[in-house]
Parts: sequence; structure tokens; C-alpha cells
Amino acid sequence: MILRSAAMSSSSSRSALSALLRRNALGRRQRRRHLPAVPLPLPLPLVLRSHSSAAAASSGSAWQPRRLEERRDRPRDCDYDHDHDRDRRPPIADEPDYDTLGPTSRLNLFTAINSAMRTAMRTDPSAIVFGEDVGFGGVFRCSQDLLEEFGRDRVFNTPLSENGIAGMAVGYASAGGTAIAEIQFADYIFPAFDQIVNEMAKFRFRSGNQWNCGGVTLRTPCGAVGHGALYHSQSPEAYLAHTPGIVVVMPRGPRCAKGLLLSSIRSKDPVVFLEPKILYRSAVEEVPDADYEIPLGKAEIVRTGSDVTIVGWGAQLRTLQATCDLAAREGVSCELIDLRTILPWDSECVVSSVRKTGKLIVSHEAPLTCGFGAEVVATLQQECFFHLEAPIQRVCGYDTPFGLVFEQFYLPDEKKNLDAIRRVMDYSK
Amino acid sequence: MQATAVVNGREPMTVVARSFSVKNDYRAYSSMPPHHLARKNNGLVNGLVKSTKVPRPIVKSRNQLKERVTLVLPDKAKEGADEEQQSHLTYVGNESMPITTELKIVLPEDDVPRGTWPVFRMMDESGRFRRSDAAAPGNSDASTFNNLPEMYDLSQLRSSLISRHPHFAAEFESSELLRPSRNDYPDTRSTNTLLRAHRQMIRLRKMDTILHNAQRQGRISFYMTAHGEEAIHIGSGSALKRQDVILAQYREAGLLMWRGFTLEQFCNQCFSNDLDLGKGRQMPVHYGSRALNYQTISSPLGTQITQAVGAAYKFKLDALANPEKEAAIAIVYFGDGAASTVDFHSGCNFAATLKTPMIFFCRNNGYAISTPVKDQYAGDGIISRAPGYGMAGIRVDGNDVFAVHAAVAEARKLALRTSAPVMIEAMTYRSGHHSTSDDSSRYRDTDEVRRATDVSDPIVRLDRFLKGMGWMDDSAVASIEDEERVAVLRAMEGAEARPKPRLDAMFTDVYHEKPPHLVRQEEELRLHLKRHSIPYH
Repeated sequence: MILRSAAMSSSSSRSALSALLRRNALGRRQRRRHLPAVPLPLPLPLVLRSHSSAAAASSGSAWQPRRLEERRDRPRDCDYDHDHDRDRRPPIADEPDYDTLGPTSRLNLFTAINSAMRTAMRTDPSAIVFGEDVGFGGVFRCSQDLLEEFGRDRVFNTPLSENGIAGMAVGYASAGGTAIAEIQFADYIFPAFDQIVNEMAKFRFRSGNQWNCGGVTLRTPCGAVGHGALYHSQSPEAYLAHTPGIVVVMPRGPRCAKGLLLSSIRSKDPVVFLEPKILYRSAVEEVPDADYEIPLGKAEIVRTGSDVTIVGWGAQLRTLQATCDLAAREGVSCELIDLRTILPWDSECVVSSVRKTGKLIVSHEAPLTCGFGAEVVATLQQECFFHLEAPIQRVCGYDTPFGLVFEQFYLPDEKKNLDAIRRVMDYSK
Repeated sequence: MQATAVVNGREPMTVVARSFSVKNDYRAYSSMPPHHLARKNNGLVNGLVKSTKVPRPIVKSRNQLKERVTLVLPDKAKEGADEEQQSHLTYVGNESMPITTELKIVLPEDDVPRGTWPVFRMMDESGRFRRSDAAAPGNSDASTFNNLPEMYDLSQLRSSLISRHPHFAAEFESSELLRPSRNDYPDTRSTNTLLRAHRQMIRLRKMDTILHNAQRQGRISFYMTAHGEEAIHIGSGSALKRQDVILAQYREAGLLMWRGFTLEQFCNQCFSNDLDLGKGRQMPVHYGSRALNYQTISSPLGTQITQAVGAAYKFKLDALANPEKEAAIAIVYFGDGAASTVDFHSGCNFAATLKTPMIFFCRNNGYAISTPVKDQYAGDGIISRAPGYGMAGIRVDGNDVFAVHAAVAEARKLALRTSAPVMIEAMTYRSGHHSTSDDSSRYRDTDEVRRATDVSDPIVRLDRFLKGMGWMDDSAVASIEDEERVAVLRAMEGAEARPKPRLDAMFTDVYHEKPPHLVRQEEELRLHLKRHSIPYH
């Protein structure tokens, strides 16, 4: 798409076209770096955005993604935790009390991640941050200015190889260090799967607890971003969750992300930390400047309700929050749960909620079949069979690859979720 | 005889090999692992304790081997000092590689060797040290000792070797093999490093043979021998320091043995009993020991290579933070097959760009299960890739314990001095099967195996050296073999008699702390076992 629009703009120059074609012929990895260069107000690498702004401005945009407009109009603030019903939520063990954490700053997701890594590196001299393009700040700016503060030995670029990054992280952690590694996109985590599934996850078990690689945290941006198509939109949490031995975490916003990332980095188990890239810039919250940790393996009830339980994680929480508002207008009271940790997941929290509401909707961006929602549903029907008043609904991505122009139809948006709420409510009429 | 040699479309074998094919009567008693014989004898499986129609070659074959050795060697001995020493190492598929006596690690900035990379070798198959590349033929180097060093006196041996072979002076001077240890080795109760190396090579061979047979009898589920590669294990293990972490593939048990893993510990692992450090979770031969700084083996190939880079990076940062602390390297072992994996490429590239102090040690043993090296790569082995990564490298004769030791010691020094990786390719031969699930007689020529086991075998070579020096004779070697055989059998019986690990070990260590869902699943299982009265503890 970039290629075509840019070629149109440089109508006269044949050599410019051939230059572009050459660029296109550089190979998959080279191309994909230029791919997120569509000029939309999204969390894109700054350098890349400036790259092709001229070409994009003259592209005459025949493609109007309605979905993106909607997203842009949404309030930037995603302050879930100061909802009116905060006092009614059941307390979570070891959860930080934000009121006592001291001063806060307004941070978006990438700066919150940056703040967490900075805090971790200041408190742990063995902590290193590495990955592709990490040195200059990362394509999503998560590691910006870290090199200046901690030096080239602790913040560095690696060659372009995901399995190399994961393997190196495992080895560094096995020698007692804290490795904070970045896989540039979750879509490219698959070359590292051997290291994640066969090595990282089994390191402690296979050695009889002689060796471990608990110091590994593998950060990676995931999820839809408006124009990421097949290879910049995927959410691979279900693949990862099928692997005993690793912890899989996905935050829903900046404050949650900082606390979860600090816990992940300090966890004695290897963690894959999935960051919804749509939130990098669009989600802004008051984030404590202090060093705080959010317990892993604990879900959070983001909004209490009595009619339907809705479970989600990551950026989907924003959609679900909006859904809850729509449902409230129809008089339906929804209880919204953010799993936060996908593996090991907090089934207890969901079970007790569903025992109360009798209805459950699980929603995620990843494809329906064998998505992590399936796991939630299977457990819930077993634990809450006699409490259920309606069939459990899954509102998920379709079992297709993530088509570029079809993103708005692909995503499990508010309307699809609202329909699911109406369906389950119909049963109890 | 000639016909045998050209079977499989190969070139006629070397002179030595042909001299063997005459002696068909030895074939049935070859020193090949017993399973070969089992196949050749109507599929009868050779028993370790129970006798079958198949001859038991554990000890016998060794003696026969020695007879054959004496049959071959006289031809060479007759030529005596005038004998032209081997100029090329013949490798699988009749590839030949020039032999050098110069321990030269090719640095990234050096010119790459022309043609085939030479193989560094100190000791010839005859058990004599080579004369210098530069020396004229007929030099006295190849002759036997005139003044034998005092029995078992390593310091005397070292100085006499230095005076006899001045071109290896540096190698001998720095060789830990020729330096007595400060305290007695717990396993040999002596300070003699060279004799311990010799004994451990035999111990490893015995352990492999016996445990291999134990698998054939159904007593353990799986085994992998290191037949033919013992010099790599012991030669490199003795050149490393204890702070150096070892990331091995799965055929490097000798390194662990050198560091002090006992036969009991090996057997406990193979029998998955309650004393297995891995708590009965992994297949046999997946050893590991935190105490001995040897990371636990995992089956996937090559994954340890990128991990070694991470460990070495940690050591690099440690060295920067504490310059006075003894520096460490990471050493990673892998085979010629694993060098085709993505991890090999990533690991080499990462190590070279991130400048991590480590050694990439390739055991090029000719086969990845059944795939010969010609189907594995088209270039000059693995070492020729080192300059492409900007990495230093050296090729060494993996069956020469002295050469392996010297190369690893030198590479270790270089890795620490330059804070950079060094690649070593050790040319060896997997004389055993890939594993107990493999029968290599289906895909390779027995003459090829025979050549390896009789002529270039690392233990045979060291035996010849020690015998030439008068430190050993046939009966001394035989009694070491007997002692080790008995020790292995005793360790095996002890391990076999022990109970299996407790059921707890099934659910622990998946995570640092057992998460709620695993607590639930364990309860479920225990209830199930109780309900059906299935015994377990």
C-alpha cells in the first residue's frame, strides 16, 4: 500500500519507482519495518512516521477506516481504577494502594513501560535491556534514554534474530542476571518459540531446580493497531498460554503496565509480557512515580456489576469498558474483569463473579478457535454449571488472518459485545 | 578384499584399512558396540549378564583389539624413524585434511587458510608426538623414548617431552594434563592428571558400553554413547576452569565426569531414581549439575548455543564490574548437525557482534543420526564459517587428547584476552550409534567404523603413548578396564535398586512456587490414585 501510494505521488520519476521497488525487494524483515509508516495518529515509531509523511499526504486516501476514526475520538484517558464503584471491589492480596504511593505523572503506555524498565535497572545492577533497535530507544520508544543513563553494555541492539534474543535472554538469566529482552512485534515471536517453549519454560523443571531462567522478561507489542494487517496485529497469548512454566502477562493501561512489568522483571519465573501497541500513545493515566509491583496471577475486577460477567485482557478492556457503558444505558449491570495475567490465570476471581451473575462473556482480539477464551469458558462451565443462566458467549476475532482493510469488521467491538450481552440477558427474561 | 573396499561407491580404503579387511576372522569380535554384533548375529541381543550365543565383547573385544593393534603397528614400527608421518587426516567420505603441528588460532583479521583448513594434531595415531611441520622427515621425533621418564612422574615427563619436541614446548608447558594437581583427585586418589585422563576415558567408554547394554536389556529407557569422542570430553574438560560454565548438547558426559560427577550420579540419572538431580524428569543422559557448573541438557538441538552467548555476556559484565575476580568463559558444545540450526547462526552472529568471551566447540563426528556430513553442509566443515562471522577459529584433531587440550586452553586465553568468541572444530568420529534407538549399520560402512575404532580411536592412541613410555602395558590397561567395569556395574546396581522419585516432583519446579491450578491438579491426581488403589508415594 505504501508502495502504491508513494509511487503515485512520484508520478514523473521512473527511477524513484524503481528505487521503491528495490526497497520492496529487500526482504520481509526490511519491508515490515517500513510498513507501519501510514500517517495515522497511532502509536507508531516516530522516525518511521516522519519517513513517508510526504508520500502519504498526497496519496489521496481512497481508504477510510471508520474504525480508526472511532478510536481517535475516544477519550485518551483510560483511568479504570478510579471508577465510582472502587470501594465495592473485593480487595486483592498484595495489590498496591495507589493513594499511598505518592506523586504521580501523566504517562502513556510506552512511557510507563520506560519508567518501569528504568526503575528496574536502577534497583538491579544486573538488569540489561536488549533487542532489535533497542539502543536508540526502540521503534515504539519504550527504551528511550535508557542507553544514555545505563550505558551501551546494559542497553544494546542485537542482530535481527528473535530466537537469538530469546536464547540469549535465557542464557543471561541462567547465569544469574536479569534479562529484559524485546521482541519487536509479537507477530515475530514465532522464531523464538523453540527457546520459549522448550527452553525458557522448562529450564527449572528439567534441571530439578538446579538451574533456572527466572530472570527473563520478554516484552513484545501485540494486538491490532488500525493498519497492522496480518503481521503487525496478532495476539499470540493463547499459543504462549499452552506452555507450562512461563508466565504470560498483558496490561490494559499505563499504571497497570508499570506495576505488572516491575513484577515480571523481578519474578522468579520467566515472563512473556505482551504490550497492546494501540495503547502505547493512546492510553494515558496518572502513574505513580514510585517503585510498585502488581501481583502476577491475580485478575482485577475493574467494574462491579450484578447481571453479566465480562472477562477480557489488554486493549480489549477499553472496548469492554465502552460496552459496559452502553449496557448500563439499557439497564444491564456488568461486572468487568481484567485477567491481567493470562498464565497462570485467576480462575477463582472469575468463578466467584459468575456464581454471582450467572452469565459470562469472554472477549479477545485473537481468533476464536482455541483462543484463551476457550480455556476460560471450559473452566467456568465446569465450576459454575448450576449457576449459569445462559450459554457462555465468546466475542472474539474471526478464524481468519488479520486482513488489512477488514480490521474494523474483524475486531470484537462494542456492538458485537453489546449483542452478546443482549443475547445472554434474553435468557433470563 | 578390494571388493569390500569399493563397496558403496567409495574410493579404496587406505592401506591401514585394507590390512584390516584381510582379517575377516576378527570381524565378529570387533570393538564396535555390541549392538552391531547383535544385528550381525541373527538379531540376537547381546546380554550383559545373561550369556547368549553372541560373544560378549566388553572385555574380550578390548583384548582382541590390542592384538590387532600389535598386528598393525609392526608394519609402521619397521619403518621406524624413517616412517613418513601422516600428512593428511582422512575424514568421513574420504575427505582429507592437511595436518599441522602449529597451534594457530586464525584471528578474524588474519588471512583465511587456503583450501581446506588444516587440522591441528600433536600426537599421531601411533601414539607418538609429531615432528614439526618444518622438520625434515626422518627426524628423531617419531622414534621411541631412549630415556624413559620416571614412572608416573608428570613433571619429568613434561620436561622430557619439551626437550624432545621443542616445537610443542608451549603446549606442553601450559598443559594441565602434564601438571599434577595440588590435591589428590577424589576418584583416582592420586595427583597424576594424565593418568586420570587416561582412566576417565576408559571409565567413560565402560560406562557407555554397560549402560548401552542395560538399555538393550530393558533396564533403562534410552542411552547415548560417546564412543570415539572421549578425547574431546577429557581433553577440553581438563583445559577449562571450574568457573567456566559448560553448555553441552547431549554427548558430552565426559566433561561432567572430569568435573567430578560420579558413576553413581550418572547411573541415578539414567535410572531416574530418587537421587537423580533432575528428579526423574528427563530421559537418560540429560545430566546437569549446578555444583559442577554444567547446565542441564535439553534434547532440542542447538538451543544451548544462543544461551551460551547470554551466559558469556553475563561473565563479560561481571568482569567489567569486578576486574580482580577470576574471569570465566562459557563453552558451548554442539555437533556437525546442530551447526545447521538457526541457533548456531544466531549464536555465532550474536557472540561476534556482542563480543562475548566464549568458545563454540563443534564436535564434528561425521554423522547427525544417519545423515553424513556431505548431506549436512557443502563447505569446508564448520570452522570455515568462523571468519564469516568475524570470529577466531581453529580446527583440531578431536581424537588427540593433547591437541584438544592445547587448543581449548589457548582458545580460552584468547577469548578472555580479546573478550570475543573462538570457534573450535574437533574432527572425530561417532563410532557408536546415535542412540539406543538407532542402528548405524544400516547407513554406514562397517569398514569405516572399524577404521575409527582400531586406528584413530582416542583411547587406543593414548594407550599407545603410555605404553611407548613404559607407563602402561597390556595388563595394566586391562586391570584399569576391569576396575572401571566393576565400578560401573556396582554403581548401576545401586542406582537400579533405589526407589523412584516422590510424586511431588511431578508438580514442583514448573514455577518457582506452585500456582493454584497445579495444586488443584496434583490433588486430583492423588485422589485418582487413591480411588483406584494405584500405589505411589
